[in-house]
Order: sequence, then C-alpha cells, then structure tokens
Amino acid sequence: MKDEKIKRIYVWQLPVRFYHWLNFLAIITLIITGYLIGSPLAIQSSSEASFSYWFGTIRFLHFSAAFVFFFNFLFRIYWGFVGNKYADWRNFIPTRKEQFKEILDVLKVDILQVKVKPLRSIGHNALAGLTYFLTFLAFLFQSVTGFGMYSAMSDSFLPKLFAWIVPLMGGDFAVRQWHHIMMWFFIIFAIVHVYLVFYHDYVEGRGVTSSMVGGWKFIEKED
Amino acid sequence: MNEKQPTYWEVMRERGYSRRDFIRFCSWLAAFIGLESTGITKVVKAMETKPRLPVVWFHFQECTCCSESFIRTSHPIVADIILDKISLDYTETLQAAAGFQAEEALHNTMKKYKGEYVMLVEGSVPTNDDGVYCCIGGRTALDIVKEAAEGAKAIIAWGSCASNGCIQSSKPNPTGAKPVHKVISGKPIIKVPGCPPIGEVMAGVIVHILTFDRIPQLDGLGRPKAFYSRRVHDTCYRRPNYDAGLFVETFDDENAKRGYCLYKIGCRGPVTYNACGVTRWNNGVSYPIQSGHPCIGCSEESFWDNGPFYQHLASFPGFGIESTADKIGFALGAVTVAGIAAHAITTNIRKRKLIQNQINENNQKGGE
Ligand code: HEM
Ligand code: SF4
Repeated sequence: MKDEKIKRIYVWQLPVRFYHWLNFLAIITLIITGYLIGSPLAIQSSSEASFSYWFGTIRFLHFSAAFVFFFNFLFRIYWGFVGNKYADWRNFIPTRKEQFKEILDVLKVDILQVKVKPLRSIGHNALAGLTYFLTFLAFLFQSVTGFGMYSAMSDSFLPKLFAWIVPLMGGDFAVRQWHHIMMWFFIIFAIVHVYLVFYHDYVEGRGVTSSMVGGWKFIEKED
Repeated sequence: MNEKQPTYWEVMRERGYSRRDFIRFCSWLAAFIGLESTGITKVVKAMETKPRLPVVWFHFQECTCCSESFIRTSHPIVADIILDKISLDYTETLQAAAGFQAEEALHNTMKKYKGEYVMLVEGSVPTNDDGVYCCIGGRTALDIVKEAAEGAKAIIAWGSCASNGCIQSSKPNPTGAKPVHKVISGKPIIKVPGCPPIGEVMAGVIVHILTFDRIPQLDGLGRPKAFYSRRVHDTCYRRPNYDAGLFVETFDDENAKRGYCLYKIGCRGPVTYNACGVTRWNNGVSYPIQSGHPCIGCSEESFWDNGPFYQHLASFPGFGIESTADKIGFALGAVTVAGIAAHAITTNIRKRKLIQNQINENNQKGGE
C-alpha cells in the first residue's frame, strides 16, 4: 500500500539497534543472576560440595554479562558523539526550550491522555531522552558499585579503577545493598519502557516498536 | 630523668627467659607480621638493640574487649613484654597506679617522649554536649585525645570503636560518638577494627612498628594490609559449599549439620575484611563461622546499623524491620503493572474514537 501522506525515515542505525538488543540481553541476564545471588535457591543435596559449582556459575554469568554490559554502555556513549542526529548525546539532556515544551506535551499525551498536535520528535521524544539519561546514570551507578565489589575478588586493572567507591559508601555491605536496590530500578524501568513503546505505537502509528529492529519510522509528511 | 631504657632482650633476660625462648618468641612475631624466614633476624636485632617503645593506651567509650583480646594472644610473652608495665606507661585497665599517680605517669611519658611515643586508643570519643559523656580525671575524652595526639609518633585505633565508631555511633548515636580519625588529623592513624580485633593482629601491628620503625602498609581505609586485605569469605573453609550453592536455610537444619555455607542466614563474610579465617581465635581454636554462626561483620563500619544480623541484606530504611529491598521491589513492581493496566484501559476508552477514525481514513484511501 502506498500512502503519500507517510514518509519513511531511517532513524536507528545498525550500531544503535545492536547496542539496544545486546544491552537487553545483558540486563536480563544481570537481573536474573543478580536476583539469584541475593536469594539463592534452596537445594537439598547430599552430594559433596566438590561435585557442583552452580552458585559459582551463576556468579560467573553475572560477571561475564557485567563486562558485556559495561563495554556496550561505553560504546553507546561513544556513538552519542559520532552517530546520526537521532543518536546524538544532545537528545538526552534537555537544554533547548523546545525540549522542555515537548516534555510537557508528552506528559499530556501519556498521562492526561489529551490530544495534542502530533509530536515533533522523530527519534526519542524529549521526555524519553531525559528518562534514558537517568537510566544511563543508573548504568553508571550499577557499573561503579558492581566493579567496586568485584575489585575485592580481582587483581585486574578495570575493577581496581572502581575500588574507591567502597570506602566512599562506608564498606562493601552498603555497596552491595545499594547495588541490589538499584536492580529494582531496572526492573520497573523495563516494565514501563516496554509498555510505553507499545502505547506510542498504538496511538501514533509510527511503528516505534519495529523501529528498533529495522531502523525505520513512518512519519506524517508535513505539507 | 634520662636513664637509658632497657631493650626488650634485656628485659626478658632479667625476667628469666632463656635465649631459646627469646628466639622462639621472635620467630613467632616474624611469622605473625608475615615476614619471610630471613626476616626473623631483623626482629631479633630489633628486640636486642632497640629500647622499648614508649606506649600510652587510652580507654574511652569502650567495653575493654580489645584489651581482653590482646592479653589472650597465643604467646604469653607478648602480654608480658609489650603490655606489662615495662612497656605501657599508661593504661587505665592494667596499670597498678591510680588517680593522681596514674595521671602523673601519663604526663611524664608525654613530656619525656614527645614525638616518640605510640598512642593506642580503645573506644570512641563522644562529641555532643562538649564531650561530657566520657570524662577521665575531670577532663573529657576529646580534650585528652587531642592533647595526647600532639606529641604522638603514631596512633593506633584499637577495635571498631576507635576505627569506625562501633555500637556507640550506631543510630541514633546520642553521644555523638566518633572514631579517632574524625577528631584527630595530621597524624598517622592505623586502624585495627574488629569487636574485638584478633589479639595476634594487635600484637603484629605493634611489633611491626617496633621492628621497622615505621607503620605497616595500610589499605584505602587505613587498615594494615597484612591482616585486612582479604575478606573472611576468601579464606573461609566453608567456601566450597558457597560455590556449590549448598546453603544452610535455618539454624540447626540438616544443612547446618552438614556444615554448609551460612550465606543465607546472614553471613557477612563476603563483605568483611579480617583475618579470622586464617588466624582464628583463642590460639587458633575456632572462629564464629567454624562454630556454626554466620559472621556479623564486626570489623566493618556501621555493622550494627546493617541489621538484622541473620538476614542477607539489611532491612529497608523506613519500612520496618521485616522489609527487604526485594519485598518493596515486588510491591512497587505490582503497583507499576496495575498502573499500566489502568492506563491501557483508559487509553482504549479515550483514544478509541481517534484511532477508529484513522483506520477508516486509511481504509478509504486504500480503497480508492
Ligand atoms: C543491570 C545491571 C545490574 C543488575 C540489575 C545487578 C544486580 C545485582 C544483584 C541483585 C546482586 C545481588 C546483591 C546481593 O543481594 O548480594 C548483584 C551482585 C553483584 N553484582 Fe551486579 N548487577 C548489575 C550490574 C553489575 C555490573 C556492571 C557489575 C560489574 C562487575 C556487577 C557486579 C556484581 C558483583 C561483584 C556482585 C556481588 C556478587 C558476589 O559477591 O557474590 N553487577 N548484582
Ligand atoms: S560461611 Fe560466610 S564466609 Fe564462609 S563461605 Fe559462606 S558466606 Fe562466605
């Protein structure tokens, strides 16, 4: 079907989409394994400890996913400087007047559910951008506290870079406690994030959901 | 007042110890501060040639468990030589002198050995209401600690009270109790946390200063690396059970009898830096985990506030003692999902018309 009123725009470049889904996999793994580290399953077994290593494996998965997560995050920051205009870091920090205005508009659409003229943004809307900025801060927090804890069990260079957080927060216990609490931010973010994507797809019909797979969005032509 | 101080060896000989006892003692010390075998000669030399180290030991807001631990080090000579009046110029608990005499001894030492004496502090220092909550000889702990720190070569903060405030500074901290490093600055402070610290560790720190004339290497939190660089968890003999995921679920269950890991009943081993797993207690007889009790993290800052002890993570501040981060997280998650469901329903009610119009519009065009 050809519709003259709609035009296709290539919004999410391949690296952005790749980042998004790798991040998805890493975070799902980190949440599941992290939760299990906090409340391991009760296993009744009469076998000797030396025959199994499941908790060790869970932790290993957590740490492996953590490295993927961290470098993927660094890559995204880099892409915020070299990627296309939709990936640009300026989308995430509202500074211009239009951005603040759009935040209000989005709140109207999402929460008050009143109709406003079609949203202007093609990439992230300004509110989504700001929310993603907060999640980037959460990524940073989780990486710093995670590697801070990891520095106790590793001599390698990267975790040692974050060892300072432990005395700053008053000890490993506090770091662990906050690292654990922050997991819930990720879970709740994920629930709301997925819902809002579906919601905007539904009310705007621009194909937001599939845009993170194929990269294209469908925008009304302004004439 | 300038008589020559006897060396440790001289003192020991005087007290009837043989050369063999002396060498054995030195080897033991060397082993404790983690020296290789060639280091023994260094210790022997130090003990033979160096005059005794002038030491003053203060007791502020504390329970004396540090002193108790120290006099129970596995080697009796430590207590005898280092702690006996021979080396200690002032310590409220153990000195024979009292009242005016004791205060005079303190002042003499502080004058005579200005810049040379080592100051040992047991207990925290109250700071609220001008520090009236701990007074000795009519002066506040705050006053005393400041004066004594002036002329000290180094300060050793014994135990968790002096290193991080321990129970006195736990919430709500009515006396404004503070650890030494928060009231003194500009002096090297060695923290030897633990409630109490292991006696051998305490001896090891003193011997290190004695032998090398400088303070031991410290970590980021000011604790001697030799004893506090590893977590209890890293040297725990139950660790294979942890890695295998074999956990005690409740005290005295079948798993507890099998000696599984105590992680799920609140073991703080993974977040606690101490030498318990290696040195153990009471001449290496045992340590809490070996006796079936999870580590409570007594050498870590705020361990009293990080309770309850028998729970993996602390209860969530402000939500009551039973609340863990997970319980609150699940509740928040449920609220979120409910909110979304409500939102989805209103969306369909309010936007149905709009979307229906769009669909019709499109279909018409498609049909043209
Ligand atoms: C989305 C990101 C992440 C989430 C949701 C997450 C979640 C968790 C949770 C819930 C725990 C259990 C805490 C407890 O109750 O004991 C944990 C432990 C831990 N996490 Fe993460 N984490 C994340 C990222 C990271 C990263 C980037 C690192 C970096 C190395 C990391 C390293 C650790 C470490 C070292 C532990 C302690 C494990 C242990 O000692 O057994 N985490 N994590
Ligand atoms: S008992 Fe405690 S210190 Fe030992 S392995 Fe288990 S969690 Fe670690």
